[in-house]
Amino acid sequence: MARLSYLSTLEAESIHIIREVACEFQNPVMLYSVGKDSSVMLRLAQKAFYPAPIPFPVLHVDTSYKFREMIEFRDWYTAKVGVKLIVHTNREALDAGATPFRLGTARCCGLLKTQALLDALREGGFDAAFGGARRDEEKSRAKERIYSFRDSRGQWDPKNQRPELWNLYNGRVDPGESIRVFPLSNWTELDVWEYIHAEDIPVVPLYFAKERWVLERGDSLISLEQDFVPRLPGEKPTLVRCRMRSLGCSPCTGAIRSDADTVPKIVEELIGFRRSERENRVIDFDQDGSMEIKKREGYF
Amino acid sequence: MATVPEAQIFEIEQFLEEEREKDLLRFTTAGSVDDGKSTLIGRLLYDSRNVYEDQVRSVTKASVNGSAGPIDFSLLTDGLRAEREQGITIDVAYRYFATARRKFIIADTPGHEQYTRNMATGASTADLAIILIDARKGVLPQSRRHTFIASLLGIRRLVVAVNKMDLVDYDEGVFDAIRAEFLEWHPHPDQCYFLPLSALAGDNVVGRSRNMPWFSGPALLEYLETVETGAQAAAIDQPFRFPVQRVIRPNQDFRGYAGQICSGTVRPGDEVCALPSGRHSRIKTITTFNGDLEAAFAPMSVTLTLEDELDLSRGDMLAHADRPLGAAAHFETRLVWLNQAPLDVARRYLLKHTTQLVSARVTAPQRMDVHTLASEPVAALSMNDIATVEIETSKPLFFDPYERNRATGSLVLIDLETNATVAAGMIVQAVAAHAVRHTGPVTPAERRARYGHRPATILVGPREALATLVERRLFDRGCAAVVLHNATEDGLRALEAAGLIAIATGADGPELPDDDARAAEFIVTRLLEADQNFEEGGGI
Repeated sequence: MARLSYLSTLEAESIHIIREVACEFQNPVMLYSVGKDSSVMLRLAQKAFYPAPIPFPVLHVDTSYKFREMIEFRDWYTAKVGVKLIVHTNREALDAGATPFRLGTARCCGLLKTQALLDALREGGFDAAFGGARRDEEKSRAKERIYSFRDSRGQWDPKNQRPELWNLYNGRVDPGESIRVFPLSNWTELDVWEYIHAEDIPVVPLYFAKERWVLERGDSLISLEQDFVPRLPGEKPTLVRCRMRSLGCSPCTGAIRSDADTVPKIVEELIGFRRSERENRVIDFDQDGSMEIKKREGYF
Repeated sequence: MATVPEAQIFEIEQFLEEEREKDLLRFTTAGSVDDGKSTLIGRLLYDSRNVYEDQVRSVTKASVNGSAGPIDFSLLTDGLRAEREQGITIDVAYRYFATARRKFIIADTPGHEQYTRNMATGASTADLAIILIDARKGVLPQSRRHTFIASLLGIRRLVVAVNKMDLVDYDEGVFDAIRAEFLEWHPHPDQCYFLPLSALAGDNVVGRSRNMPWFSGPALLEYLETVETGAQAAAIDQPFRFPVQRVIRPNQDFRGYAGQICSGTVRPGDEVCALPSGRHSRIKTITTFNGDLEAAFAPMSVTLTLEDELDLSRGDMLAHADRPLGAAAHFETRLVWLNQAPLDVARRYLLKHTTQLVSARVTAPQRMDVHTLASEPVAALSMNDIATVEIETSKPLFFDPYERNRATGSLVLIDLETNATVAAGMIVQAVAAHAVRHTGPVTPAERRARYGHRPATILVGPREALATLVERRLFDRGCAAVVLHNATEDGLRALEAAGLIAIATGADGPELPDDDARAAEFIVTRLLEADQNFEEGGGI
């Protein structure tokens, strides 16, 4: 009996969502974070409109603290796909000296990610923005809609989300309001890697294990690919075979010890893994329930 | 040296191959407050090793200030702050886990009576529902409500989980009494799997319980891994339905129609009929990024090209020519009202159905009592009401009854002022001719709303076989058409006044193609085009 496999079912659902947004909104944009989820989302967008090109631009919010390899990959891959790339940076905050070390991670993220994102969406006049977030990433995301309504200030009210039934999405917004759309909502981290493998999708080399210079702090490995992080007294870099499990800003994204230097090895590692991928992101542990607070403020 | 890593790679490749073969079970969970639903899901995830270490750690930490014991499984799934403070789940949460046999998506829906809409939301994409019943309390009004909503949303497979068996000394009598009571009210034993368990103690969740030797059925996880809901097979067996989502036109040489297949299977060469035009063509290619396909089936998202230039647009529907679907602008629909603002029968709402967005009015609401299943006419509907209503749309919808096809039978209503999604609808049928509620004489406008078309007279000359074929084509599209042999002028006028399409044989007829099939298609196409372009005030 013919039956669609799990991954193909997810793919079909995501393509449906991406097409629906392109049809019902005036001016959509795809948030492109350069990570593995973004790579998958971009591939799904290619598939959704093939043989036509992707009918909307992608937007990268560059905090200036990203890994160098991420920026190189971003420029190469968006050019290869042939999609228009918009890069936005909160210059004002950076000129005023915004760093996670001076401001703390909460305020730094607020200025360089959340504020920058809201500014970029407003400047572009975008009424829908795709994000690569998945519901399995974090508890508060488990309740996120596929179409997540944001008020005219870009904010999320968990109590005032639209019921979402079947695949009938309600994309009606008034001027100034917008929808964040999460086509990968039902994917898990394992699904994303399996799809990258099955479809041979390029990802940033930082995901693959190799010897890297790091600072060891407790359980965390801080990458020294770019020299953002001030050393503590007596602290010395060590060479560790490691990789990134998720990609954020260089100072706030820890590496994990790993030998996984191919996609199948990463999958193998994940199957044995019993730690959620956001664990190594410093920002999620700021306050109890901190992801939910960031989302209310407009973070993706 | 080199052979060891190669063997490892081979194993993981094999694993990836197996992963690709896995299928998906989407299920929803419903229970009343304190039935232990979150605990059950937490236990299912934890015992099947689908919980991350750091998640367990954060839950253990969170419990220090709270009320719970060593590991509070319910905190694994209760996400939002407000919920943590109130101690109840207030919104649908989606959970993901996998075993060696299957992947699962859980829509964890809150059981509080005022949150019926969340249960409907979770059930809309699920193929199976777990109904939790507290062994100490038995079948509560809410249990009935949850079961009713699950059936209403088309779920045909229920696990009736009698929880907290540890608190009734694992007593078989308690379990049997609950089963009997449940079946008395929901007499579908073939749809139900009754399972005694304790989420807190772990009995019959992942492994079979030693505390209930009197029960020999599989534990919950084993059941979920092996149950065949038949939902996807059913979608593939249904007639082919393809709502056009977007026209893909990168250049003059390519015109493709992108969409997700609602049901059925399609192959190049298949004859298809497009609605609303009624025109026929054949599938030329099934185009995808990974190459053209020899066949595609539900729920794949593909792009179809046709042999002929039919000029379709978003909202149009493609179906196999020999398996047409209904087209109507007036339906009987089951509705779940989701919004705090009540239904206003005088207002217009936006209605989304497949890829169509039309204007609609909702009338004649009959609220259903989910406990007695009785209906009574009401003036309005308020949040969480379930009702049967009539919906009239500004344009015909191309539909199947929800019971047969979830994708072409479902709709949502949107408030034009607030943009809120206010109702979820399941189409029962086009409104039948005898269900008149008005007291005055029936007007032409009412007839038109009922039939979805204007009256018309079609002369086919002496060709009786053609008349029969035209009637079939029109009938299958939901039109009210009759064949008249050797009719009189008066007879035809009477049929026209009745709003019907009369197909008349006789000595005279217009020039038509010799081939009956082509002639029928020509007539139907012209008729529907004329109907669309028609100005108010008479027949076609």
